[in-house]
Order: sequence, then structure tokens, then C-alpha cells
Amino acid sequence: MRFAVLVFPGTWSDGDCQHVLRDRLGQQADRIWHREANLDGYDAVVVPGGFSYGDYLRCGAIARFSPVMGALQRHAQAGRPVFGSCNGFQILCEAGLLPGALLRNDSLQFRCQEQYVRVTRDDTGFSCASAAGDALMLPISHGEGNYHVDDDTLAELEAERRIVFRYADADGQVTPAANPNGSRANIAGVINAAGNVLGMMPHPERSSEALLGGEDGLRVWQSMIQWWG
Amino acid sequence: MPGDGPGARVADAAPVAVDDETLAQLALSRDEYRRARDHFGRDLTPVELGMLGALWSEHCGYKHSKPLFRHFPTKAPHVLTELGGENAGAIDIGDGWVVVMKVESHNHPSAIEPYEGAATGVGGIVRDIFAMGARPIALLDSLRFGPLDDPDAGPRNRRLLRGVVAGVGGYGNCLGIPNVGGEVRFGPHYSGNPLVNAMCVGIARRGSLIGATTGGPGHVLLLVGADTGRDGLHGATFASVELDERSAERRPAVQVGNPFLEKLLMEACVDLVQDHRDWIVGLQDFGAAGLTSSSVECAARGASGLEIDVDAVPRREAGMSAYDVMLSESQERMLVIAKPEHVEDVRAHFAYWDLDTTVVGTTTAGDRVRVYEAGAEIAAAPIGLLTDPPSYVPDARPDPEAAARAAFDPATLPDIADANAALLALLAAPNIADKRWVTQQYDQQVLTNTVLVPGSDAGVVRIKGSERAIAVCTDGAGRAVGLDPWAGAARSVCEAARNVACTGARPLAVTDCLNFGNPERPEIYYQLREAVRALGDACRALGTPVVSGNASLYNESSGVAVTPTPVVGMLGVLDDVSKVVRMGFRRPGDAIWLLGGELAQPAATLGGGEFLAEAHGRVAGPILVDLDAEAALVGLLVAAADRRLLRSAHDCSDGGLAVALAESAIAGGLGADCAAAAWEGRNDAALFGEAGARAVVSLDPGHAAALAALAAETGVVVTPLGTVAPDDPAGARLRLGDAIDVPLGEAAAAHREALPRALDG
Repeated sequence: MRFAVLVFPGTWSDGDCQHVLRDRLGQQADRIWHREANLDGYDAVVVPGGFSYGDYLRCGAIARFSPVMGALQRHAQAGRPVFGSCNGFQILCEAGLLPGALLRNDSLQFRCQEQYVRVTRDDTGFSCASAAGDALMLPISHGEGNYHVDDDTLAELEAERRIVFRYADADGQVTPAANPNGSRANIAGVINAAGNVLGMMPHPERSSEALLGGEDGLRVWQSMIQWWG
Repeated sequence: MPGDGPGARVADAAPVAVDDETLAQLALSRDEYRRARDHFGRDLTPVELGMLGALWSEHCGYKHSKPLFRHFPTKAPHVLTELGGENAGAIDIGDGWVVVMKVESHNHPSAIEPYEGAATGVGGIVRDIFAMGARPIALLDSLRFGPLDDPDAGPRNRRLLRGVVAGVGGYGNCLGIPNVGGEVRFGPHYSGNPLVNAMCVGIARRGSLIGATTGGPGHVLLLVGADTGRDGLHGATFASVELDERSAERRPAVQVGNPFLEKLLMEACVDLVQDHRDWIVGLQDFGAAGLTSSSVECAARGASGLEIDVDAVPRREAGMSAYDVMLSESQERMLVIAKPEHVEDVRAHFAYWDLDTTVVGTTTAGDRVRVYEAGAEIAAAPIGLLTDPPSYVPDARPDPEAAARAAFDPATLPDIADANAALLALLAAPNIADKRWVTQQYDQQVLTNTVLVPGSDAGVVRIKGSERAIAVCTDGAGRAVGLDPWAGAARSVCEAARNVACTGARPLAVTDCLNFGNPERPEIYYQLREAVRALGDACRALGTPVVSGNASLYNESSGVAVTPTPVVGMLGVLDDVSKVVRMGFRRPGDAIWLLGGELAQPAATLGGGEFLAEAHGRVAGPILVDLDAEAALVGLLVAAADRRLLRSAHDCSDGGLAVALAESAIAGGLGADCAAAAWEGRNDAALFGEAGARAVVSLDPGHAAALAALAAETGVVVTPLGTVAPDDPAGARLRLGDAIDVPLGEAAAAHREALPRALDG
């Protein structure tokens, strides 16, 4: 598959995502500078983590005006896959491709830690390499990952089974204690109604190699490759 | 003081006679001024005076510390730079890879404005690394605060810690550089004057580094990055005077950071050096004393003169004088020295990153730095004079009070009655307690290289595209240095080497940050001199040359000096990252051994240790160091890891054997059954004594003979302690001799909960 890994000023997980996709999984993965207005020829787009534009104003708020975002919107509207992680999730929310907003962590502190998430369904292009109910260790590293939606949207997300990943303990139990940032309903990752755009706060690229502490993250990438490849 | 300095309202071009108050502001003595005046043959202009004051400050000029640096071993085949010759030290780690590293202090700014002080400390050290063309791949931070529970200073100490930690994280996280290690320690003499030392490690291909030089005459000076403001004016001078109750008034001397801009600068500079090295001759960051020091230091190295047009420098605000512009310490600025035919290429390169570049001067054949404003020459200072500050060898005298405390004999204290309670108390002691409250606020894994995270003996970072990894740590045994400067500083080096070796990495080189009080006081200069001698002696014994560093003197608050704290940053290399050794026990039934000593220990090993401080409230007793034994232990750890004989290894230091054993058990989530271990003599010394050159390891029993043979070869005594207990999360216990028997869960909770409780209540 051909992956475009977007790079905004201040993005820093671009190289990490590229490393996993290209060097671990043998895919084509190109880093695409935010001024590029054309994503034709790419099967999938990854919007990686970082502090785009320093997260000044609001996380992801400035990045959504970058030239590449128009191409990203067209790519998404065409039904092709878009995966956003961390700051990438924030950008997708700011751009209206996903509902909700990411607020400051309820601890009011940055949190970098190992984190388990429960896979709630295995019939999406981001989770099909897992089984529903699996607990994946996907590290988190963010100061503003507290996912917020209003009651109506939450009900809609629940009804449409669009919450694909929830913060959980190592056994996959979704508990308040396992929620690292105060997100509503322990939401770690959501998908759009069409099922081709997913955003999550965790960093699957950080648990895609045993040497670095785990390989659970590979399942997210492998899901994309299996589903859309 | 910005806007009120000698240059603000005086015509900048005319030489002026200076009064004592102006000299005091510049931290220059009358003698020093006279010496400069004699060299100039006239009074100095205000701008010249400001440049002189900054470059001759302790912070830039190392007036009181430089003569001591001859004690350091600095050369080895794998060391590629001269000490002080570049922004950081470069070490060849093999396979064509070069590591660049340095540690630096930002103590005074952090005492006044903890968030920005710590943040810009990170920013400064990162610029030192990418100024050489290396990509920063790891950060460490060595922090010292006053006691969090102090009845008077506690609230302020807690506020400082929160602010500093947030600042270190806020800047480093935004840059996307993992924080992989460091320390947070506490002591009463850090209350008014916390220590914030930041270390950065970068990587480059061999032959691809660039120097901070003008490369001779005929080149063009380009300023890249932030506009120049009044922030940080006189920061170098500020760092070279003691703090007092009026220090808060110096808040304008603290810079404000913009990590986003630094991230762009970092990417642009690394790319520039890697892809277009032929366009430029030098690269330098703006640190202390801003444009003055960055340009003058490059000119000194490049044996050129300089012409600087201050009018060209983009400013953040109106009304700034030439003096302000030359001395501003505004962050996130770089000086690029370009070949004239490639100036436009360089500018286009930075424009790609949305970064502004401005030509601010040229290099000349002369030997002076000439500064122009509105066409008029307002400074013409000899570069040789500016970069050759006077150096002093002050009087040195041991502090009789410290000597008396060091002479205390711990054998005069009664032995311990309840070792279990003492162990739990030690695990919850601030210096030993789990520091996750701090480290979880730092991104530890970005760049996907981090093999061992903070909380390990050393951070381990693999090098992509190679089988190698580096191990890095910081150590600074301040309390021991206060008792015995030579032995305490030597111990700091040994602990750092042990920490690196416990991961299986071979110690290669050291960077150091000397945090001391006012060296003009004989007791302080004695501490400094003896500590530097010891760093030299220990580094020689361990084969780890000193490649870079920083001296932070005048760490005093209202007349009280900080606990003398040389911080040692150690680099080691693992030739095969798959051989990395972790600190936690990993498999039930593994043998647990103590490497480097018998169980029985004399009471003297309690000297200066955590147990005496926590259980007896005493900072006293002898500091014992055996450099040969340390070198032998390091050799054994590295050789054993290389032969894959170890399943875990952990340095035995603060709190002694019992704490080391507990930490390995907690980290691995497995108990330790060492009840059969027995010793003669005192329990406190055997359990909590801090004899050096020891480590607790676990191993497959099948490797016992091989490890024993290797230990015999290297002359290291080994003592079997027991075995790793069966996996039993609920029932696991920690047993050592007939003195220690506690539930592992209780020990883990004491260790884990202490710091959050102290900070969050």
C-alpha cells in the first residue's frame, strides 16, 4: 500500500509512523509536507502526532488551514482511509472529519505512559486484525487528550458503534481507573459514519516492536493493510 | 536591568568612565575593568563594556573554574572534540556513528520563574547539540529541590518542582525529543536555589558535524529564528552573582521560550548541515550573552574579525538600544556563517521552514569585533581580549564544620531494631521514592528508539540502522560532596558508570555540570577544586574522558551556599542492543547475587547515606570510594552482559543492598527469597550501608559457574543471596536474611505513593 504521512510544522511522529510502515511492514510510506495540495496516488493517509504549530491557539486549530487539508478532505470524501493519532486526532476533529474535541487532561498534566485500550469491534479497517474484546497496549503521550462530545453526539456514537477503542485495564475491562485523561465514556478512538476515518489519542507506532516494549500497535497498521490493501 | 543598563540612555558610541554601580551590575571588578582599559588604551564605550562584562562573567568566561579543568582527562581515540572547543563534546561510538552530548545548568532562572527557566534550559542545551549538525535524540534532566515537607519552604519548593517539571516537559515534549533519564533529589540547601541541569544527546554520521567557527574572513553572518527582544538581558551576568531577596526583580533576565520555533530551527539546521554542508562554514547557537558571545566565540575559533550591523537585527519591540541588541538573550536564534555565494541558498532553505533570516554582518581579516549603528562605529573590541578573561585561583580552605561531620563514626549509633520499618521508610524517602509523578509528564518514547525508560539505571536508546544502542544517565551525590568533596565527586562518577554498566553498556565518556556556591569564598573554592580533582581521578580510573560541561557557580541564596553538586552525565555504548539488561527480576527461580562485596559491612559504609539521613537525621560520616573496585565491577557487568549471563542488574547505591533488592523486585513484580543469606555484625550496615562498587543481579542458575569464573577473572567478589520468588502477585514477599520480611505489595506501594502524596496531598 502507499501511505502518505502528513508533516505539519511541529509534527514529530511522522518519522516513527514511516519507520513502522516502511521498515517493519514493508509498505511504501512517504512524508508529505503540509504545503502539498495533492494526495493523488496514495491509498491511505496518516496524520501523525506532535505539536503542529506548537499547539498554539488550540491543538490542531491552525493545522487545519494548511494546503494539504483540502486534499485530505477530498481523499476522505472519496472513501479512502485516513488514520489520525494524537495531534492527528485533534486535527481531524478540528477539520470536522470526526466529531468532538480534545480538552486538557483532567489531571491538568501531560501524561506519557503505557496504556491499554479495549477493541470494541473488529469489523473496521482499523481494528480487523484484532478480535473484539482484545486489550491492546498502545502508549499515550499527550496533555490534551480528554475527548469530549455532547450527550446527543455521544448517544449517536454509541448507537452507531463508532467508538472503536476505549481506555481499559490490561484485562480489557473499561473502568474509570483505566481512564488516563477524563475522556467521556473512556473513548480512546472514534470512527466516522462512513467508516474510513479514524482518530485515536494513543500511539500505535510506539508499540510496534518488541525491543521497545510491545507489538500490539502493529494490529492497527495491519488492520489498515488487510482491509484496504 | 533592561532599559536601565549602562547603554540605554547614553550615546552608545562615546567611551565613558564607569562607576562602581555599573561595574557591579556587570559583575566586573575594578581590577578587571582596569585591565581591559589598559588593553584598549581608552575608556570603553557602553557597548564594549556590556560585551566585556558578559564574556568575562563566570557563566561565559569560567574565570574561577577554567584553571581547574586541566585535572580532567579529555583525550582518547574515540573523542573527536577538544574540551570547550565546540558547543558540545563528540564521541565516536563505532559503525560510523558519532554521539554529541552536553549538560548545562539553568539554575538561577528556574529559581525565579520555574516554568520558563527550566523550559529555556532545555531549549539552550538542545541548540548546543543541533548547532553541531547532530540530531538530538535524548534529553535527561538532573533536578535538585529543597524538602517538599519543610514547614517554611515546603510550599515554595513544591511550587518550584511543579513548575520546573512542567517546563522541562513543556519544551522537550513539543520538540519531540524523548526524555530518557535524569534524577530528582532533595536537600535542605537547595531550598532557595534549586538546581536545574539539562542534558541533551545527539547523533550524527561520522564526518558530518560542523563547527562553531567563522572559518576565516569573507563570510556572511546570518541570524535565523526569533526576533530579538529585551528578554534575558544580562542573563550571563545574572548567573554569576548570588541570589538574594531582590532577585525576583531580575525577572526580566529570565527568557521566555517558544519550543515550536525551536522545533523548526532544529529541523532546518539538521537538514542544512546534512544536505548542504558546503553552503556554510559554521553554525552557532545564541546562548548566554546572545549575539555578543555567539559571534565573538566563532570569530575567535575562526581567527577572523567581525563587522556587525545592529540596525539589521530584527527586533521585537521599538526603542531597543544597540547595547540591548548585542546582549539580548532572546531564545530560539541561531547564527549561520555562510559562504557569500550561498547566502541566498541558505535563506531559501530556512524559508521552506517558515523561518526568517537576516544578514547581520560579515567576517573580516582584522582581529576586532566592530559594531555599527546608523553607520557609526560604536564598538571596536579586540576579540582576543574578550575571549581571554582573567582567571583566578582563589584561596582554598576546607570547611572545618564539614570535616567534623565527616569524622563522625556511625559505629557510635545503636544498630537498627526494626529493619522492615526502616526499609519501607527508605523506599518512601524522597531521594529513593518512585519518580513517576515527574517522568510521566515527559514524552519518553517519541522517535521510537527508547529501549529503557526513566526509572531504569540508565536510559537506553537504540540507533536505527545499526545494532548499537547508547545508555545515558546523570548522577550527582551532592550530600556526599558536602562531607568530602573529593570522595563525593568521585562517587558521583562511579555511580554513573555503574548505572550505565548495569544495562550492559560500556562507559565511554562524561559531561559534567559543576553546581557550587560563590568560589570567592575559600570553603567553596576548596569544594570546587577537590571535586574537580576527583572527577578527573575517577574518570581516568574508569577510562571515561570528560568531553563537555558547564560550571554554575554563585549558587547561593541569601548567603547560604547550595549543597555542592557536580552532576555527571555518562554515556555508554551497547554494541548489540539485544544484549540490553534491565533492572527488574524477570524469572522465578533465577539466582540473585550481589556483585562486588560481602554481606557484612562496617558501620562506616553508612556515612553520608540515605539511612543515616532518614533514620537518624544525620548528614555525617566518612565517604568511602575504591576506584579500582569500581572499574573492576564495571568491567564485570559489561562482560557478563556481553555473554548474556545476566537476566537483570541494578546498581546498589542509595539505601544500600536492601533498597537495591527491593527495587529489582518491585520493577519485576516478583518477590525475592533471600532469607538464607546471613552475615556477621551490624544489620544497618549490611542492609543499608552504601559501600560502592556493588550491584544486585539475577541470573539463570545454569550460568552461575560462568559468572563466578568471570568474576574471579576480574577480581570481583560475588555473594549469592537467594532466588527470585515464584510469580504470586498477591503473596509475593521480600526476604533478606532474618532481618527483612515484608510483602512486596507493601514495599511497592511505599515506593510508588510517596511522591504523589507529597505533591498532591
